[in-house]
Amino acid sequence: MEEIKININGRDIVTSADRTIMEAARDHGIEIPNLCYEERLEPYGSCRICLVEVEGARGLLPSCYTRVTEGMVIRTNTDELHRIRKTIIELLLSDHPVDCMTCERAGNCKLQDLAYEYGVKKSPFEGEVHVYDILADNPLIERDYNKCVLCGRCIRICREVQGVGVYDFVNRGFKAVPGTPYGKPLQETPCEFCGQCVSTCPTGAITSIPSKGKGRIWQVEKVRTTCTYCGCGCQIDLHVREGKVVEVSSPVMVGPGEGNLCVKGRYGYGFIDHPDRLTSPLIRKKGKLVEASWEEALDLVARSIRKAVDTSGPDSVAFLTSARCTNEENYLMQKLARAAVGTNNIDHCARL
Amino acid sequence: MGEERTRYKLVLGYGTCGIAAGANAVKTALEEAVEKGSYDVDLDIAGCMGYCFKEPIIEVTDRERDYSVVYGDLDAKKVLQVLEEHILNGRVIEEWVVRKSDDPSFGEGDFLANQHRIVLRNCGRINPESIDEYIAVGGYQAARKALTQMTSEEVIDEVSKSGLRGRGGAGFPTGTKWGFARKARGEEKYLVCNADEGDPGAFMDRSVLEGDPHSVIEGMIIAGYAIGAKQGYIYCRAEYPLALKRLEIAIDHLHQRGYLGKGIFGTDWDFDIKIKKGAGAFVCGEETALMASIEGRRGMPNPRPPFPANEGLWRKPTNINNVETLAAVPWIISHGGDKYAELGTEKSKGTKVFCLAGKVRRSGLAEVPMGYTLRQVIFDVGGGVREGKEFKAVQMGGPSGGCLPAELLDTPVDYEAITATGAIMGSGGMIVADSSTCMVDLARYFLSFTQEESCGKCVPCRIGTKRMLEILTRICEGKGVPEDMEKLQTLAADIKAASLCALGGTAPNPVLTTLKYFRNEYEDHILRHKCTAGVCPALITLFINEETCTGCGACLKVCPTGAISGEKKEPHKIDPELCIRCKLCLSRCPTESIWAE
Ligand SMILES: Cc1cc2nc3c(=O)[nH]c(=O)nc-3n(C[C@H](O)[C@H](O)[C@H](O)COP(=O)(O)O)c2cc1C
Ligand code: SF4
Ligand code: SF4
Ligand code: SF4
Repeated sequence: MEEIKININGRDIVTSADRTIMEAARDHGIEIPNLCYEERLEPYGSCRICLVEVEGARGLLPSCYTRVTEGMVIRTNTDELHRIRKTIIELLLSDHPVDCMTCERAGNCKLQDLAYEYGVKKSPFEGEVHVYDILADNPLIERDYNKCVLCGRCIRICREVQGVGVYDFVNRGFKAVPGTPYGKPLQETPCEFCGQCVSTCPTGAITSIPSKGKGRIWQVEKVRTTCTYCGCGCQIDLHVREGKVVEVSSPVMVGPGEGNLCVKGRYGYGFIDHPDRLTSPLIRKKGKLVEASWEEALDLVARSIRKAVDTSGPDSVAFLTSARCTNEENYLMQKLARAAVGTNNIDHCARL
Repeated sequence: MGEERTRYKLVLGYGTCGIAAGANAVKTALEEAVEKGSYDVDLDIAGCMGYCFKEPIIEVTDRERDYSVVYGDLDAKKVLQVLEEHILNGRVIEEWVVRKSDDPSFGEGDFLANQHRIVLRNCGRINPESIDEYIAVGGYQAARKALTQMTSEEVIDEVSKSGLRGRGGAGFPTGTKWGFARKARGEEKYLVCNADEGDPGAFMDRSVLEGDPHSVIEGMIIAGYAIGAKQGYIYCRAEYPLALKRLEIAIDHLHQRGYLGKGIFGTDWDFDIKIKKGAGAFVCGEETALMASIEGRRGMPNPRPPFPANEGLWRKPTNINNVETLAAVPWIISHGGDKYAELGTEKSKGTKVFCLAGKVRRSGLAEVPMGYTLRQVIFDVGGGVREGKEFKAVQMGGPSGGCLPAELLDTPVDYEAITATGAIMGSGGMIVADSSTCMVDLARYFLSFTQEESCGKCVPCRIGTKRMLEILTRICEGKGVPEDMEKLQTLAADIKAASLCALGGTAPNPVLTTLKYFRNEYEDHILRHKCTAGVCPALITLFINEETCTGCGACLKVCPTGAISGEKKEPHKIDPELCIRCKLCLSRCPTESIWAE
């Protein structure tokens, strides 16, 4: 991409023409506050927090949406911008329960951070506050639109990233709110329960039910690991509290999944502490499964395969691999089957 | 046009305004009578002639004498009398005449005489359902000329020369906009006609579509050729069934003639038009929301840039124009851009159609040259305020426009001059208010409209206008505090600066302009707990004038709470404790003895 020169807050910056103002600023250590912006999504420009001044432009421009052009002179932190951002936060808080004391998202909420940064203790605006029923119509996802800031991120992630499109806004004016078709419960929509909407919601409006009340962000230790469900290798953060995994999230724009998870990666962690979970190999001895060491178990497998090959030929053995292995592991498995054992009887669970 | 074998031609105003006023009954009566009797007439229909305040109307043309009369306020019975008197006996029924072709000073003749009709050139004059009638008045000559004798660039130059600016509200120079779309890179381009017309009090686009759909389509054919778009869309709200029907008829006729489709007008240029029905959201008139709606998404605006000229419908270069803008185009191509530019002011050329509504005597459709003053439009064309009341204000530019006082009546109709007052030209709505209008209540009304129609996407518009509306409601309820005026002002400034689209960007205008020009009314409400116009229920008391009350008891009978008492033929009284200020009594009193204060 073409390199261009711009100026942000008096600093000359060289950037590339495909960057938005927000990206170019961030590349150079200048953070522009935002709310509806999400790296995984197409820019939207709705919250108006990221507005900046651009010389010669008609009015303020959303920095998340506007691409840089040669010679652009941008200001991100004027008094007027500060006042406008503050007004927007005050307006948002004038229609918000402000019950951070008990909110799941406290400490991990963009609205809270903005209110803190702009020193909005109490909104000077009074008026109607929404009272919506909390929607907990399924075991995984709870929706409390009283806390919704209408950033549209849930709508967009479901449509743009998941390709599902469960939500859109309904109604207009003050009554506008995200919703499902005809207000149906999530199970009656094509929802996949991936929880992507949970992951992008900047407030406590969409939260996970299994982790409810199990610890807020500062109470958990995040342990970075790789999801074990498939070979994609999505990076996940296990939220661990008192030795127990209480929630799973994925770091945005990190690893192959870039912060996106499916239902298994996000919600399928119940097996970790499950009493039925196998933690060592079992060998059936005299009709009973008995715990064994890995060495003993692998030896037994190797011997049995050899015996079968010796007595009935290589095609008496078949190999089945798993989608939970990486491509490399699956490759090695077929190598083992074809080269070491000498059979083409190799298959994969993903084909079943 | 009917064959000229009868002496008289009767044309019935058959637009939505006429139908709403009872034109269907008139039509049936006429058709039956003409069928049975032996009148020397043929019947035809036309769209709105502009005389909405006199509908149902009928124009009787005497072909022998090249003379016509317009009759107004007709009904099924009166129209039969017209047949008897005028057609059979040759006697004009003077008291029903609205206009005589040979005497502009007669009746309401000056309504038309003071106008200059370019966009409305055929409205009310031809049958909008007949392509032949359009062609007979020179229709499709401009498109033919553009496509066969001019290059795209020449067309754009001609439109630029005319000085035509977008009539959808923003007033962007049309030629320049076409130039952007022409230059935009891309094989596939689109042309969109914006016929959403969502502002209350505006009906010019509807009238043009109902009265002369071909002029808009011809404008589209020319525009499509100029920018290089082979596909056009008309985005029209489903609440305009008659406009949609006439558009569909017109498009059908055009396909039959080879004026739409492949290789039109015998050239190798293709152009076709699809109609997209909107569900009637004000915000869907905003161009980016409109495109989202055409694409099948929820109609919500997107930030610009990118502008539609570069990334429009399905991310292809797109040009969007208003109905009125497009309807002016054929005239400009036929008569030349210079001719159009002769009319108007330095920066605002040509004519503008206004919808006169509210307390104006002649509510209807008026087209005047730019540069006319508001006074000329409202008084000379509109006939001034109804019932001889005093003019108080005019709301210019629809719900997002501004409210201008009598002192500004000499402001010319000119984009820049009107913007300087705090109002906007908008699409051309003019709602006239008289002394019985409370300006705080008026601002509250318009804001309640924009708040409800806000798409909800951005915070300042969605919550900001809601909070402003709540403050205004409080003031109207007598619960305002002095700081409210300041609060409205600063919040309005932030909403204007921070909103994503012009809906939010202009929504505070009625509040800001009333605060500026009618501040005393805000102060009356807040400081003195008075609504001087006698409108806001919480702030008024109703009185009966003992001097003039005849004790007829009409008020007593309608009062739903029994607040009125009095002996027959004795002056009556209202108990303020029981009165709920519904003002039913006020409207019933035959001696106008009841007033609110
Ligand atoms: C809230 C809103 C509503 C609008 N409604 C209309 C409309 O009904 N008709 C229209 O032509 N333009 C409307 N516009 C203006 C359009 O966005 C656009 O500027 C116009 O259609 C361009 O055509 P023009 O250049 O011929 O005026 C609206 C704009 C806003 C912000
Ligand atoms: S869980 Fe996934 S599929 Fe379901 S609504 Fe959320 S994002 Fe869409
Ligand atoms: S639910 Fe959350 S993500 Fe969705 S619009 Fe509301 S605040 Fe944004
Ligand atoms: S200004 Fe209002 S109508 Fe326009 S995008 Fe924002 S919320 Fe929607």
